[in-house]
Amino acid sequence: MQSQTTNILIVGVGGQGTLLTSRIIAQVAVQMGYDVKVSEVHGMAQRGGSVVTQVRYGEKIYSPIIKKGDADVILAFEKIEAARWLDYLKPDGMVIVNNERVNPLPVMSGKAKYPDDIHEKVAAQVKRTVVVDATDIAVKCGNIKAANVVLVGMLSQAIGLPEDEMEKAIRAIVPPKALDVNLAAFRQGCKKLITRVE
Amino acid sequence: MKKLMIGNAAIARGAYEAGATVAAAYPGTPSTEIVSGFSKYDGVYAEWSPNEKVAMEVAAGASIGGARTLVAMKHVGVNVAADPLFTFAYTGVNGGLVIVSGDDPGMHSSQNEQDNRGYGRFAKLPVLEPADSQEALDFTRMAFDISEEYDSPVMLRVTTRLAHSQTLVEEGARKDLPLKNYTKNAGKYVMLPGHARMRHIEVEKRMLALQEFAETSSLNRIEWGSKELGIITSGVAYQYVKEVLPEVSVLKLGITNPLPQKLISSFADQVDRLVIVEELEPVIEEQIKSWGIKAEGKEIFTLLGEYSPEMIGEKLGGIKPASGYGLDKEIPARPPLMCPGCPHRGVFHTLNKMKLVVMGDIGCYTLGALSPLEGMDACICMGASIGSALGMEKARGEEFASKTVAVIGDSTFVHSGITALIDIVYNQGTSTVIILDNDTTAMTGHQEHPATGMNIRLQPTNKLDIEGIVRAIGIKNIRIVDPLKLDQLEAALNEELNRREPSVIITKRPCALLNRTPYAGKYYVDEELCKGCKRCLKVGCAGIYFIEEDKRAVIHSSCAACGLCPQICTFDAIKKVEG
Repeated sequence: MQSQTTNILIVGVGGQGTLLTSRIIAQVAVQMGYDVKVSEVHGMAQRGGSVVTQVRYGEKIYSPIIKKGDADVILAFEKIEAARWLDYLKPDGMVIVNNERVNPLPVMSGKAKYPDDIHEKVAAQVKRTVVVDATDIAVKCGNIKAANVVLVGMLSQAIGLPEDEMEKAIRAIVPPKALDVNLAAFRQGCKKLITRVE
Repeated sequence: MKKLMIGNAAIARGAYEAGATVAAAYPGTPSTEIVSGFSKYDGVYAEWSPNEKVAMEVAAGASIGGARTLVAMKHVGVNVAADPLFTFAYTGVNGGLVIVSGDDPGMHSSQNEQDNRGYGRFAKLPVLEPADSQEALDFTRMAFDISEEYDSPVMLRVTTRLAHSQTLVEEGARKDLPLKNYTKNAGKYVMLPGHARMRHIEVEKRMLALQEFAETSSLNRIEWGSKELGIITSGVAYQYVKEVLPEVSVLKLGITNPLPQKLISSFADQVDRLVIVEELEPVIEEQIKSWGIKAEGKEIFTLLGEYSPEMIGEKLGGIKPASGYGLDKEIPARPPLMCPGCPHRGVFHTLNKMKLVVMGDIGCYTLGALSPLEGMDACICMGASIGSALGMEKARGEEFASKTVAVIGDSTFVHSGITALIDIVYNQGTSTVIILDNDTTAMTGHQEHPATGMNIRLQPTNKLDIEGIVRAIGIKNIRIVDPLKLDQLEAALNEELNRREPSVIITKRPCALLNRTPYAGKYYVDEELCKGCKRCLKVGCAGIYFIEEDKRAVIHSSCAACGLCPQICTFDAIKKVEG
């Protein structure tokens, strides 16, 4: 068992499935005997607002929330959400971003502009930035809704959680009728990322 | 094996293990999952009550009847329940009673961030504060024993960060307790002045006994480290302290009312510097300082919002956050908004278009206040829309009332809108009230309520007839309108606003997130017809967006096909896919 703590910040837009993702990762950490804490968001923020879920595991965890500058990985379900939470990333941390745009309300109503070249801006600051078309991969696997599991696959590679333990957790959490698509999406995600965060 | 549980699920488990058989609540973030979680255990009774006051009264009755009873609500819900609570604090219990207050520092989903530990001193109740899910379970179990031993309701105070964080929990076995005997005891339970005077004596005795209990209880503990800095803390703030300052001495308080004065004094004597770390109000700090103990608290820490590990590290350890990354200044805010297909959108678009003064209420529809809908003038608390619309009319006259509406959801109307509607009829107001009936308590996650016809276990039950109750109150002008048929809605509003009598318009359409309500078909924007006027963007819906380069609107994959924006488009460019 590794002695240091792993901190994962999962960010996105309310309704994108960040909660399921955090539950799969947390389940694996439990299976592997770690102390685990997960901080979730319910209520008003789920209505299309910016949401953040935090997973921490290691030998002993106190705070359920991650300190600024302490996240090993930021997993972003939406492009600008990665940028919004970037101050939580630790030096040399990794950012995994789904290449998906969801306009926030001020953009929809024309009061603000959706930033251009956001991937490039993130990558200019964070060397280890990985952009993925998880939605496309999910569609190829048979269901657009499995995009979050593609991202789970990538995340598991980044933090070095074993694939067999991951699949066990997915089997435990995902409903049986959606299992095949989700497992396929997970494996595609695993293939998408080979580098690992230190 | 240990398993992950959110704090709220652990509280439900703790109540179950303690042998509780009755639970009542009105849904409210961050407390909702407590009683809904409890309802999933076998052999217990749980209910959604119409509001927190009723929940508290049901709980009081169940306790007097001899059952261990759980009642849960969000912090502002305790205000609603305060009347029975304060006097139940005098009568005391028969079966143990635990009231959970879900506080919301940072206002993730609330209209204020009041610190309900204040109720402990105000109502003379013991207050327990767990710091993780295991403690949430253990403290809940203990709270029932404390309640019965000291003949007092016990408040378990949690915050959003505890209620909605998952941490590891070891479950225990359920105690199978017999129902306690019920014997008539008017001196204890009938709070006539003469009886209440006697009970007040008991309350003061109990608080002194509880203080003695707090001195030695395992709920409070000292973790000795360096004596240069001693920190007194409670709840989730304890976790932040341990995270960033593992070397300091900590007095962790699990019971924050009454405070263990001797324990605190002895701790203070042994450390060079004493700091109190508590979110929101200086509840612990002010009491400690009143004993003449030198301590720091709100001189260092804010009264506002949630604390964080880095805040404590920076203020007490001089630790700066590590990263230095940051792009947030360039990122547009992403506030919550109504879902695609939400029936409320049609109402607020119309209210904005008609430039009405809108007295609002608590629910998803409060989001109608945000741009671009901007269809709300005030929102204070559950049920306030109707009374405040009447107040507006009495202050500014009938002419003003013909441009004013009250807007309230179905669950909120049942919660506390009915009495205000009676006031309008009784005091001859002319207000127009819109009841947004989406057949659920949507914002908190789709809980049933008396007008949905289902109970907390999703079993069919008697259904409150909203139209019938409005009629019985004495409202003669009642209209049922589909909120997504804009012409009909606007016509109904015009007619009712001009009437010098009170009216109720019930907009009926189920929440778009309920599975029982799919919209049929798909829409697209005809490129030839779209002139790029952006009128459709005025509905503030994620289902339609604008491509600046092409100067045209496009339907997004999240479109629910509710058919609202086609009614707004001047050029009929938004069309339904044939077939």
